[in-house]
Amino acid sequence: MAIAESPTETKLVGQSVKRKEDPRLITGGGQYLDDIKLPNTAHVAILHSPHAHARIRSIDTSAARALPGVIDVITGADLKDSVNPLPCAMPAGGVENHLVPHRVLAVDKVRFTGDNVAAVVAESPYIARDALDLIVVDYEVLPAVVDQEKAMADGAPQLHDEAPGNICMHWTAGDAEGTDAAIKGAEVVVRQRFRNQRLIPTPMETRGAMARYDAGTGETTIWMTSQAPHVHKILLAAFVLGIPEHKLRCIAPEVGGGFGAKIFLYADMAIVAVLAKRTGRPVKYVETRSENYVVTTHGRDHIQDVELSATRDGRITGLRVRCMANLGAYLSTIAPGVVATLFGRMVSGPYKIPNIFSEIYGVYTNTAMVDAYRGAGRPEATYLIERMVDLLAAELKMDPAEVRRKNFIQPQDFPYTPPKLGMLPYDSGEYAKTLDVALQKSGYAELRRRQEEARAQGRLVGIGLASYVEICGVAPSAWIQKEGWGGPLYESAQVRVLATGKVIATTGTSPHGQGHETTFAQIVADQFGIGMDDVEVVHGDSAGAPFGLGTYGSRSLAVGGSALVKASQKVREKIMAIGAHLLEVAPEDVEYTGGAVSVKGTPGRQKTFGEIAMAAWLGTSLPPGMEGQLEATSVFDPPDCTFPFGTHICEVEIDRETGRPTITRYVAVDDVGPVINPMIVDGQVHGGIAQGIGQALYEGAVYDDNGQLLSGSMTDYTVPKTTDVPRFDLDRTVTPSPVNPLGSKGAGETGTIVSTPTVVGAVMDALSPLGIRHIDMPLTAQTIWKAMQAAQKH
Amino acid sequence: MKVSLTINGVARSHDVEPRLLLVNYIRDVVGLTGTHIGCDTSQCGACTVLLNGQAVKSCTILAAQAEGARITTIEGLARDGQLHPLQEGFWEKHGLQCGFCTPGMIMAGYGLLQRNPHPTEEEIRHGLEGNLCRCTGYQNIVAAIQWAAEHGGTQPVGAP
Repeated sequence: MAIAESPTETKLVGQSVKRKEDPRLITGGGQYLDDIKLPNTAHVAILHSPHAHARIRSIDTSAARALPGVIDVITGADLKDSVNPLPCAMPAGGVENHLVPHRVLAVDKVRFTGDNVAAVVAESPYIARDALDLIVVDYEVLPAVVDQEKAMADGAPQLHDEAPGNICMHWTAGDAEGTDAAIKGAEVVVRQRFRNQRLIPTPMETRGAMARYDAGTGETTIWMTSQAPHVHKILLAAFVLGIPEHKLRCIAPEVGGGFGAKIFLYADMAIVAVLAKRTGRPVKYVETRSENYVVTTHGRDHIQDVELSATRDGRITGLRVRCMANLGAYLSTIAPGVVATLFGRMVSGPYKIPNIFSEIYGVYTNTAMVDAYRGAGRPEATYLIERMVDLLAAELKMDPAEVRRKNFIQPQDFPYTPPKLGMLPYDSGEYAKTLDVALQKSGYAELRRRQEEARAQGRLVGIGLASYVEICGVAPSAWIQKEGWGGPLYESAQVRVLATGKVIATTGTSPHGQGHETTFAQIVADQFGIGMDDVEVVHGDSAGAPFGLGTYGSRSLAVGGSALVKASQKVREKIMAIGAHLLEVAPEDVEYTGGAVSVKGTPGRQKTFGEIAMAAWLGTSLPPGMEGQLEATSVFDPPDCTFPFGTHICEVEIDRETGRPTITRYVAVDDVGPVINPMIVDGQVHGGIAQGIGQALYEGAVYDDNGQLLSGSMTDYTVPKTTDVPRFDLDRTVTPSPVNPLGSKGAGETGTIVSTPTVVGAVMDALSPLGIRHIDMPLTAQTIWKAMQAAQKH
Repeated sequence: MKVSLTINGVARSHDVEPRLLLVNYIRDVVGLTGTHIGCDTSQCGACTVLLNGQAVKSCTILAAQAEGARITTIEGLARDGQLHPLQEGFWEKHGLQCGFCTPGMIMAGYGLLQRNPHPTEEEIRHGLEGNLCRCTGYQNIVAAIQWAAEHGGTQPVGAP
C-alpha cells in the first residue's frame, strides 16, 4: 500500500528537510570509532606480511614482548585452535566454489601484503607500533602473481591447495548456443577487451574495532566501523569466535563512509575480541591509511572480453561476455556472489537483447581481496555494455543516443526479464523518457554543433552519453539464498510510541552518511501526523534491536524504509482501535488524519496521537483483550529487487598539449522512484558521480609483479579533489516501483554506475578524429597524451 | 618535554613525547576528538585546525611546534551555543554526509574566507584542494561556503 493511499497527510515526505545528523557533526560532536575513549584501553598494532607470497617458517616474538609497555603478542599459532577462519558468506550460486581458509592470523603461509601475521597489544598505539619492528619472522619467499589472467595460466604460482589453477569458480548464465549462433550469423560484430581497473574505496575514515569483555556477565562488546553490525555479530559469534550469539554485542558508532568496504568481516574484529578477553581490558585497533590501502578490500578488477552482434541498422542481436574477475588472495565476505549475481546477470543493461551469454572466472591472486565497492558489479556491467554500444554506434556511424533508443526495453515490456540470464524481473522503467530529458536538458543538438565548431578549430571536444539500469534494494531472501548468500536480506523495523507521544523507530539499516535519521523520521512522522522532532531513529546497535541486515546495495529506503512503514501501519491500526474505543464508536467509524483519530463526519470528536499514546501506556481504558503499550515490529522481505535507471550526458575537452581532460558540462537524469528527501538524494547522486569520475579519470590501484602495492598512499592513489570534478546538473523522472510500499528504488549507487562510461565515452568521442578506438581507464592526462602520440605516429 | 598552548581559549600544558603530532595532542591528550585523522601523508585535510588564526594541517605539525600558539578546533567555532555561519552553511546546504571530513573542511573554509571574503566558485574549489571528501562530490560544500560568505562567514571565531 503506497504512502499516498494512507489516511495520514504527507507533510514531510518529499521535502528537503535539513538533516538531524548535522548539529553534532558540524560541531565536532560525532563519536566515530577512534573518538570513543574507554578508561584503561590498550592498543593493538598488527604486523602485516611484507611479502605477497611466502611460507612462514618461524615467528619470534620475544623481543617484542620484552619492550616496556607491551602487554601481549599473539600469532596464528595462538589462535588456530580457538578461532575459526573468516567465512565467505556468498559463494557464487549454482556452481562449485573452491573456498579457501582465511585465517585471522596466518599460520603457515601469507598470500598478500595485507595478510596478518601477528598482533601486539600495548599501553599506547606508539609502543604497539614500535613493537611490530621487533617481531622476527623467517619467511620463505615464493613467487607471486597479481594479474588474474596470468594466475589462470599453466605454471602460475599456486596460492591455495584447495583451489587448483587459482580458480574459485567458473560461472555461467544465459544461452551459449543461441548467442554463438547470433554472433556467427550477424551482419555486424564488435569485439573489445576491457580492463575495469582495481579501485580502493577510500572512505575518509579508515577501519577499526574496539572490544571490551565483561568477565562478570560473559558479554563481549565490539565497536566497529561497520555497515552491518548485526551481520558481523552473527558471523563472529557463530562462525569465528564461538561466542554464544546472545553474549556478543556489536555496535556501529558514527561511521565515516563505507562505500562497501565496511560491509565485510575483517580479522581485526576478531583480534580485538580475543585480546580484550585475554587482557581483561578494552582493546582498540585503528588502521592507518596505508594499512587501509593494503589490507581493506578493493573493488572492481575485471578483465572482460566482450562480443556484441547487431543488424546493420543498429539492432543488437547478441552479447557474449567472458570475464576474469580478480578476487584477491582470499574470499572476502560476499565476493563471488557479487561478481556472479550483480555483475554476471546484469550485462545486458537497459537493452532488449535476445541472446546473452555471460561467463565468469573468479580468480585468486596475491593481492588484496576484492569485493563490493559502490555499485558492486553494476558499474562493471554498465561500463562494458555502454562502451560496446558506443563502439557499435561508431562502427555504424549512427548517433549513440539513437542506437540506445532503438534497443531499449519498452515500457510495455515490464516486468522484464533478460532472456535466460537468471535475473529477477526489472520492476518498472521508462528508459527513453530519461534519455529524452537528458538530451533536452543538455541541449544535445547544440552540444554536437559546438563540437563541430571546436573540431574545425582543431580542438578535441567530445560528448559522452550513457544509459543504465541497475539492480538494488537487495533483496528477496529466497532468491538471494539461491544465489549463494547464507542469510536473509529482508529488513527489520520496530516502532515504539512512548507514554508522552514520542516515537522511537529502530531500524536494521546502518547509515554512514546517508541521512536515515532524517529521512526515516520524515516517513514515520508522516505515518502518525506528528513532527520530525518527536521521532528518534535508532540504528547500529545489535542490543535491543531486531536483527538488521545493514546498509549497502542501495537497500535502506526500499527495504528498511518499507519495513518502517509496515511497522508504523501496525501501530496505526492499534491507535485507531484505541481511539475508537475511547470515542465509544465502532472501529470502522473513525479515521486517522492530522495526528488524531476522529469520528467520521463529526468534527471536534477526536482523540489526539498524544492522548492515545498516554491511554495505551496507562493500560486501563483499552478495548477488551488488547494489551497495553503501542509498539510493533515488522520485517519486510521484498518480493523483488528494484531497478533504478537513467541517462547521463557530459562534454569533455582534451588539452592537445598535455592530454588533460576537463569535463565542461555534466547532466544527470535518474529515476529512483518517489523521493523522500530531494536534497539528500541529490547529495547521493553528486557523490556517486564523483566516484565514477574517479574511476574514469584518476584512480587505479597498482601492484608491481612482486605483489607490492605501488599506489600505497593518497599521493599515488588520487581520489578526486574539489578541482577534479565539475558541477553536476541533476534532474529526475519518477517511475514508482511496484515492489514496496514507498515505490522507492534506491539512489546511492546510480551516480557511480553510469558516470564512468559517460565520461569515458566523452573522452573517446573527443579522440575519435585521431582514430583512437579505446583506451583503458584511468584516462589520466598522461595516458591520453601517450595514446595521442601513438596515434599521430601512424 | 613540556608543551603549553591555548586551545579554544583555554590554556593547556602537558608533558609530551617530542614526536607527538599536534593532531594527536588535540585528540588524545586534550580529548577534543572533533579534529579527525584521515590519512598519513598530509593529503586529506581532515585534521585542519586554526593555528594563530591560520588554517593548518595539524598532522604535519608537532605539538612542540605549537608551543605558545592559539589553536582553534571545530569545537571552538561556535560562540555561546551560536553556530558560526560556516557551520550553518554546511547544515543549510547539505554540505556533509558522513561528516568525517567536515570539521577539517569547515576550518579550511574559515581560512579561505579570511583570505578571500567573497570567493567565486572556482576560488572556493581551488582554496579547498587540500581537503578531500569522498561522500559529497564537493558541490554542496561549495554551496555551503558560498552561503557562509553571504551570511557573515568571515566572523572571527570563538574566544580571543
